[in-house]
Amino acid sequence: MGKDTTMIESITILPGKNKLGIAEAFSRIDIYPGEIVGVVGPTGSGKSAFIEDIEQLAQADTSTHRSVLINGCVPDISMRFDPKKKLIAQLSQNMNFLADMTVREFLLLHAKCRGKNMNMVEQVVYHANTLTGEPITEDMNLTVLSGGQSRSLMVADVAFISDSPIVLIDEIENAGIKKHQAMELLSGKGKIILVVTHDPLLALLTGRRLVMKNGGVEKIFNTTDHETDLCVELNRMDSELFRIRERVRLGEEIVA
Amino acid sequence: MKVIVVAGTPGAGKTSVLLNTIKFLKEQQVKIAVAKIDCLYTEDQIRFKKTDVPTMIGLSRDMCPDHYTIYNMGEMVSFAREHTADMLIVETAGLCHRCAPYTTNGLGVCVIDATTGPNTPLKVGPFLSTANVVAITKGDMISQAEREIFRERVMEMNAGCRIIETNGLTGKGTAELAGCFAEAPVFNYSEDHLRHNAPFSICTLCVGEMHIEKKYHRGVLRHINGVQEYKGE
Ligand SMILES: Nc1nc2c(ncn2[C@@H]2O[C@H](COP(=O)(O)OP(=O)(O)OP(=O)(O)O)[C@@H](O)[C@H]2O)c(=O)[nH]1
Ligand SMILES: Nc1ncnc2c1ncn2[C@@H]1O[C@H](COP(=O)(O)OP(=O)(O)OP(=O)(O)O)[C@@H](O)[C@H]1O
Ligand SMILES: [Mg+2]
Ligand SMILES: [Mg+2]
Ligand SMILES: [Zn+2]
Repeated sequence: MGKDTTMIESITILPGKNKLGIAEAFSRIDIYPGEIVGVVGPTGSGKSAFIEDIEQLAQADTSTHRSVLINGCVPDISMRFDPKKKLIAQLSQNMNFLADMTVREFLLLHAKCRGKNMNMVEQVVYHANTLTGEPITEDMNLTVLSGGQSRSLMVADVAFISDSPIVLIDEIENAGIKKHQAMELLSGKGKIILVVTHDPLLALLTGRRLVMKNGGVEKIFNTTDHETDLCVELNRMDSELFRIRERVRLGEEIVA
Repeated sequence: MKVIVVAGTPGAGKTSVLLNTIKFLKEQQVKIAVAKIDCLYTEDQIRFKKTDVPTMIGLSRDMCPDHYTIYNMGEMVSFAREHTADMLIVETAGLCHRCAPYTTNGLGVCVIDATTGPNTPLKVGPFLSTANVVAITKGDMISQAEREIFRERVMEMNAGCRIIETNGLTGKGTAELAGCFAEAPVFNYSEDHLRHNAPFSICTLCVGEMHIEKKYHRGVLRHINGVQEYKGE
């Protein structure tokens, strides 16, 4: 990482307005390194818009009118736009790549933009392949990758090439990739992580969760001990489900 | 008066971005007039009129839309004056990748669609490379990595430009773009120059020749092997 990378001590979200133009009810949300914060709510409730405000380091200049502070201050403009100084990695909700180039070309170009080592291609492709079924190769065109393959590559790209102290994750569960492994790749130690999710397993894994409604943050929940216990049980059920799903995928018969 | 020339390929998001910007500038009491230049057809005047700004349209038909924009700049400026506007915004179809209708004291704004892929900035020519401001649209449709690569490619083609990531649907980037409009220099019709010379290649096809066979063609001609020659009297 470059010398001029700012140390992140906190990010702060200051309230904006919901879709009806009503001010959000919280006074500020401070998030510190090592925290995982969930963002939940019905479809269309503004979850993606919330994390996009963070990605852009919004300054009351998006449709939500929220502002974002880094270490308690308005961030420097270069932090907003220069990918080499960017502190934020985002896995957006998009399921497919639109760029017409090979996996290798794409990763090399992205590493160059981010000022990262150019010999990461192999590593990224290797890790992408641990998350998906049919293997991705370096000479494949991005546009021929399936939804799951694309998502896996996006995850590995975010984990290694965009590697940043703040990580925003939008619906990691949506393409049938191995979500727990993907979360592990993305959430290095000491990072600030926001996860938008419809999956109760991921939501209960977080320390607290923001509940969105009508474009605004409606509630802020701290995960209870009961929920944490429940999460363990849910995970057990989920691995069972996963095991069966893998066998169905491989064309096996499932017996008792 | 300030003149803002906004160029970009069809459907890039010019009108959507401009409608947001116009709304923002109107709130700051800037008086705006709009001119829309297209080749054959446009309905943009209906969308602009909804914002209550005086709007004129011009269709270039057989003429290169950029040449047409330049040739009719006087009329557009007069139109804006008649409506006592402080700012004339010209939206023009960036179809001709060899021309750019930007002038030395007008603000040149290129609107470019990020979903068209990272090679687009390499293809579009002077309307990108000579712009002051490049507004990238539709970043919401692609991954962060693709956005970053797209941005890098724009910088390769125009190192000095101000890049603004905009969104025609949500209004992202509006305040920043409006700020650039407001800081544009004062335009002077009789003194202003083009920033990029329009191509000089005038050939018989331009004046109506219909034959395909090479022997019928005169003018400044370029062969597929790269050789350029002048053929004629
Ligand atoms: N997803 C997305 N769609 C956009 C964005 N900006 C514009 N659009 C859509 O793109 C389409 C074309 O937008 P226009 O603003 O009409 O584009 P234009 O460049 O003015 O088009 P012409 O004047 O016909 O050349 C519309 O359907 C817009 O809603 C954006 O940032 N994101
Ligand atoms: N505070 C707000 N003010 C105005 N518009 C908003 C606000 N919050 C969200 N929106 C808009 O509402 C729409 C839906 O929001 P968004 O895409 O963030 O929903 P979501 O919760 O991510 O939905 P999904 O679960 O389907 O992904 C978007 O067009 C977004 O720009
Ligand atoms: Mg969403
Ligand atoms: Mg238009
Ligand atoms: Zn031309």
